[in-house]
Amino acid sequence: MKQASLMGAFSLLIRRDLLLAYRRRAEIANPLLFFVLITSLFPLGIGANTKILQAAGPGIIWVAALLAALLSLDSMFRSDFEDGSLEQFMLSAHPVSLLVVAKVTAHWLVTGLPLLAIAPLLGVLLALPGQAIAVLFATLVLGTPILSLIGAVGVALTVGLRRGGVILSLLVLPLYVPVLIFASSAVDTAAAGLPVTAQFYILGAMLILALSVAPLATAASLRISLS
Amino acid sequence: MRDDSTRLEAIELECIRDDRVLFSNLEFTLTSGEMLLLEGRNGSGKTSLLRILCSIRLPDAGRVTWCGQDIQRLGPDYHAHIAYVGHRDGIKQDLTPQENLRMAQALGKPSPDNDIDGVLDGFGLYGFEDVPTRNLSAGQQRRLALARLRVTDSSLWILDEPFTSLDRHGIGVFESMMADHTAQGGMIVLTTHHRVTTHDTPVHRINLSA
Repeated sequence: MKQASLMGAFSLLIRRDLLLAYRRRAEIANPLLFFVLITSLFPLGIGANTKILQAAGPGIIWVAALLAALLSLDSMFRSDFEDGSLEQFMLSAHPVSLLVVAKVTAHWLVTGLPLLAIAPLLGVLLALPGQAIAVLFATLVLGTPILSLIGAVGVALTVGLRRGGVILSLLVLPLYVPVLIFASSAVDTAAAGLPVTAQFYILGAMLILALSVAPLATAASLRISLS
Repeated sequence: MRDDSTRLEAIELECIRDDRVLFSNLEFTLTSGEMLLLEGRNGSGKTSLLRILCSIRLPDAGRVTWCGQDIQRLGPDYHAHIAYVGHRDGIKQDLTPQENLRMAQALGKPSPDNDIDGVLDGFGLYGFEDVPTRNLSAGQQRRLALARLRVTDSSLWILDEPFTSLDRHGIGVFESMMADHTAQGGMIVLTTHHRVTTHDTPVHRINLSA
């Protein structure tokens, strides 16, 4: 009974956040547009030199994905904090860390998934070879949830501050760097035709670590922000 | 489930805000069927006390116990018994009243008998159930926030100025709802500047600025 109602709350929370995102479509389009714009400006700026584009491509796409993720983070808890919904989550009969997982999942579905869908196209734009594009997609599948999970901790810590934006990026960006390094290295290596298992193992390990630690840390941070 | 052993106890509570002691050595015991009315000037710590009782805020000294156990340790097991309506409504403006209540119900322990449409009807929101909440008036939004109390099965209601922006009729309806709740063995802690009609409920009063 208890288990069933927890699953009910979990799925209802995801559905609620997706519904809210749908009713504010314009806002969620922003990070995606930003991602596409940055990436597509590079070929214009650098020129149609395929060699340079190919070399810089993985880094460009990943840096843009990272900044787009950062841009979208604030929306994760901001409105819930302002209208008091967050207090109600903290007073829920269910463990807050699991509600956090639901919030992060919804956030990733809204901001991470569209990046995945559009990234292969941008890979073509940057003249990446086919097999590198496949690897790029795979690194984004593993990497963007890490960005959302780590970001959740940062947002939870800064949501109570009036101008938390700068602190948020200072807090979160250093933690994003390992993801950036291993993900773009994987794409580079794949473009050179070498095996990329090592990078995938590390990204997978980071995802599992983030998945197990970040929800607890986020719940604790939210408690601090509210008290 | 609701019997005389259900009790909320505050033991030597102290709250300090910006180096000012708002209250210290505050003690009270609230048992099943009773109401606690907090009074005091603006800024005397009423909201802070309510937030401490909800376990959102930590007291600077002392502790709060529920049936003899510290509420900080009980966590979700305590939260299953309480419902809090604060200054901030906890209502999503982009969702309809129905969607809002469904979420509130899922977060707590759903009440066995009350269906959401019935609750909305009881609060005079029938016919508004699928209008986005932002299109409702301030009074209607407050009614919706209070309606949250009825969709979960919580024995302790913690209310921060529940009568704000309610009309006279709404105040009357809610007062009798509070009386019903305590008559069934529930407990209520509230702050208000209105004169509350409490019917037959035994009322404790604490004045924080005294």
